[in-house]
Amino acid sequence: MNNPNRKRFSLTPALPSLISILIGLLAGIIVILIADSSKALLAVRNLLLGPLYGIYNPNQSSLTGIGNMLFFMIPLLMTGLSVGFAFKTGLFNIGASGQFLAGSYVAILLARKLTGIPNSWRWLIALFGAALAGMLLAGIAGILKAFRNVNEVITSIMLNYISMYLVNYLIRATGLYDPLKNRTLPVQTEIPKFGLDKLFPKSFVSGGILIAIAIAIICYVLLYKTTFGFELRAVGLNRHASRYAGINEKRSIIMSMALAGLFAGMAGGMIHLAGVGRAIQVRDVLPPEGFDGIAVALLGLNHPLGIIFASLFMAYLKVGGQTIQTLGFAPEIINMMIGIILYVSAMAVLIRKLLSIRAKKRSETKTLDNSTGEPYAAYDPPDPGATAAAEKLPSESEHINNMATSVVQEEIKENNHG
Amino acid sequence: MENVIEMLHITKRFPGVIANDDVTLELRKGEIHALLGENGAGKSTLMSVLFGLYEPEEGKILVNGTEVQIKNPNDATKYGIGMVHQHFKLVNNFTVLQNVVLGVETTKRGLLSLEEAKNKVIELSERYKFNIDPDALIENISVGMQQRVEIIKMLYRDNEILIFDEPTAVLTPQEIEELMAIMRQLISEGKSIIFITHKLKEIKMVADRCTILRKGKHVATVDVADTSVEEMSELMVGRKVDLTFDLGKPKLGKTVLKVRNLTIHKEGHGHQTLDDVSFDLREGEVLCIGGIEGNGQSELVYAITGLLRDYQGQIFLNDKEITNSNIRFRNVNGIAHIPEDRHRYGLVLDYTLEQNLIMQSYFEPEFQHRGLIRFGQIANYADKLIEQYDIRTGQGRNTLARSMSGGNQQKAIVAREMERRHNVLIAVQPTRGLDVGAIEYIHQQILKHRAEGFAVLLISLELSEVLDISDRILVMYNGRLVGELEPQNTTEQELGLYMSGAKTEKVTVHE
Repeated sequence: MNNPNRKRFSLTPALPSLISILIGLLAGIIVILIADSSKALLAVRNLLLGPLYGIYNPNQSSLTGIGNMLFFMIPLLMTGLSVGFAFKTGLFNIGASGQFLAGSYVAILLARKLTGIPNSWRWLIALFGAALAGMLLAGIAGILKAFRNVNEVITSIMLNYISMYLVNYLIRATGLYDPLKNRTLPVQTEIPKFGLDKLFPKSFVSGGILIAIAIAIICYVLLYKTTFGFELRAVGLNRHASRYAGINEKRSIIMSMALAGLFAGMAGGMIHLAGVGRAIQVRDVLPPEGFDGIAVALLGLNHPLGIIFASLFMAYLKVGGQTIQTLGFAPEIINMMIGIILYVSAMAVLIRKLLSIRAKKRSETKTLDNSTGEPYAAYDPPDPGATAAAEKLPSESEHINNMATSVVQEEIKENNHG
Repeated sequence: MENVIEMLHITKRFPGVIANDDVTLELRKGEIHALLGENGAGKSTLMSVLFGLYEPEEGKILVNGTEVQIKNPNDATKYGIGMVHQHFKLVNNFTVLQNVVLGVETTKRGLLSLEEAKNKVIELSERYKFNIDPDALIENISVGMQQRVEIIKMLYRDNEILIFDEPTAVLTPQEIEELMAIMRQLISEGKSIIFITHKLKEIKMVADRCTILRKGKHVATVDVADTSVEEMSELMVGRKVDLTFDLGKPKLGKTVLKVRNLTIHKEGHGHQTLDDVSFDLREGEVLCIGGIEGNGQSELVYAITGLLRDYQGQIFLNDKEITNSNIRFRNVNGIAHIPEDRHRYGLVLDYTLEQNLIMQSYFEPEFQHRGLIRFGQIANYADKLIEQYDIRTGQGRNTLARSMSGGNQQKAIVAREMERRHNVLIAVQPTRGLDVGAIEYIHQQILKHRAEGFAVLLISLELSEVLDISDRILVMYNGRLVGELEPQNTTEQELGLYMSGAKTEKVTVHE
């Protein structure tokens, strides 16, 4: 028997994600073949090479592509954290888009209005404001959940719209509107590059990526290494037992939601303070970053460290999508691939079950070879009732699957509307 | 006599576990055959094999003398085997009739036609005096009635072999009597019953023969009439079990818990009113609150522990008023609580055993430093408790609470609550659903606690438990304390009179 005291590092939990990525890629390649088989080989190569190819000029160093990838990674990582963190604490934050938007607006507002503060650290205040805005918005959903038991999915969807219309109004009301381009005025303040621009020349790279990765690591420590995280996760898993154990479960729920909002708000701030000329378009469309976050969280198994890799991968694909565009392929192929990956990861339950059946078969033959076993093991087999109950409970992925489906529908509706 | 079911030399292995090791069970036509064993002895696994949920590695199954392969529950139904599961498999917002026909719906030209089915259900209900309304919604009928729906489901499918999996665990004493009568009537009509239980008294009442399993092995098959309860319990546990304790005189210390005029008004949530409840609990004493379920005991405990806050009156813990204190304050200032509902309150099922063992103390300096969890300390503490309380699991402290058996889940809660700093232990039905071995163990722990000078407030529905291990009994009826009794000077009958409200007296606190 394995020593239960020793934790082994294993890739097994990530297997469903890896398999879904593979299926998504295959589907993308098939579509490329159908679309234009003459250039398919080139397209597939470019797609797979992604940022390594050097998109704007093949003669250029591929470091530019990597720099761009790191830029695209910022909002994916931060909104992914937002959704994943909430999920680990038993909440579904579907409001990342609204929080992202609120953070974007406050960042632009502070960056343009706080002219008395030197540019060199104005970004910090603007970013802080963005975080606060996201936190407050999500906090409303948290408070309603904690005290009125209103489902956070509903409130955070509603808050998305409130945020969107409020921001559209405030952009005009606070004099940030550029009527010619129908968007916000440009922002000069930007997050320092910490030397990344030297490393990845001529790219969009921003220092925000370092902050984002640091936050993901902090988020991991917070969830798994602190008593605070222990409480948040306990409340997420069983609110009643947590209350019984003296945890202030209302405060925990509000904190979880607020922190999730903080991450999404910061995502907005980081993008608009990245010095790449991003601005908020004044239209009735929710920013897609929030929904991307759901895909990233799902692919990263809601684990902060997994989300770092998931966002890296998604950003890689995005850059790859731009390269095949130069060959005349629609960039939507990438969105389609991401969609398929999302759907397949949502079926992670199925994949995991298939894997576990295989694993069981293997271990069963093992026990047959070595049937002495532990003396107490025979006395107390796992309670079949409990296992059955466990199987019946919607697992994380199943739950997020249902949610994801509704989100995707939401998004489609959104696009049609816009 | 002919055997309707023969399960011969069944062996079923799980990874690292042999759940059934060469088990043989023979069911004769027209008998009630009890299947007895401790929690996790392999009873459920054996029945799951018979019902087609698991496939055994070795052994064979014979139905009416011919060997059969039962690969899934549909096969089982085909051979006339039906089962009443411990946790009913009913659709809550369907009617009784809809639940009964589910899966074998009668149709006319492709459309549902339930007239015939309804008549058959009514006829069955009358024949067995089930007194059941086929059009009632499941969610509106009592647990006892729901069980009858499960029985009708089996009869409707003309099952000849009926398996009852711990059917009495959820029933009141009255309902148990009625169930026993139904079982007797069923065998008189030629049906055969396998009755899974660990309550020896019930086996004595209805069963003809009894097969005993221990640690996955077949220990014995005995004729119930020729075997005493003590012998059966010894066969089941593997040693003599003694549930009678010599309490000795309590060494009473100072008053640690004072409840004064506790009152809770009913507010449409089905909460039983608490009506002016006052009592004292002293060190070294086991005070038992007896009563039939739903007479306010749960509310009393929730009020004392702080899970319910909407009450009038006062509560003092170690001379400090805690009436308005939060749960954490009460917990760290002396209250330990073994809750009634271990899945709702007692455990975070998706946390590991280790995490569950520190649910009440993770914030203590011993287990954290500036908010960072001290994993090494926790692991040592968990291993200590697992050994001390003999909590048996597959993967030690890293086992998910969800995958532990009920008895071991309960032991984990008991260990956690007894080992942390406290001086009042509130134990609500600490032995519910446990086998005699585990009951004996938990009773010993409670009495050890008492001997060490702790105060214990025991809430129990089991008359024998109430009488065996308490120093003083307060009986609760309809939200009020209606009697104060000394276990030495009272009988089950007298206790029963108080519990049913037939006898009441005013209970006063001696200041």
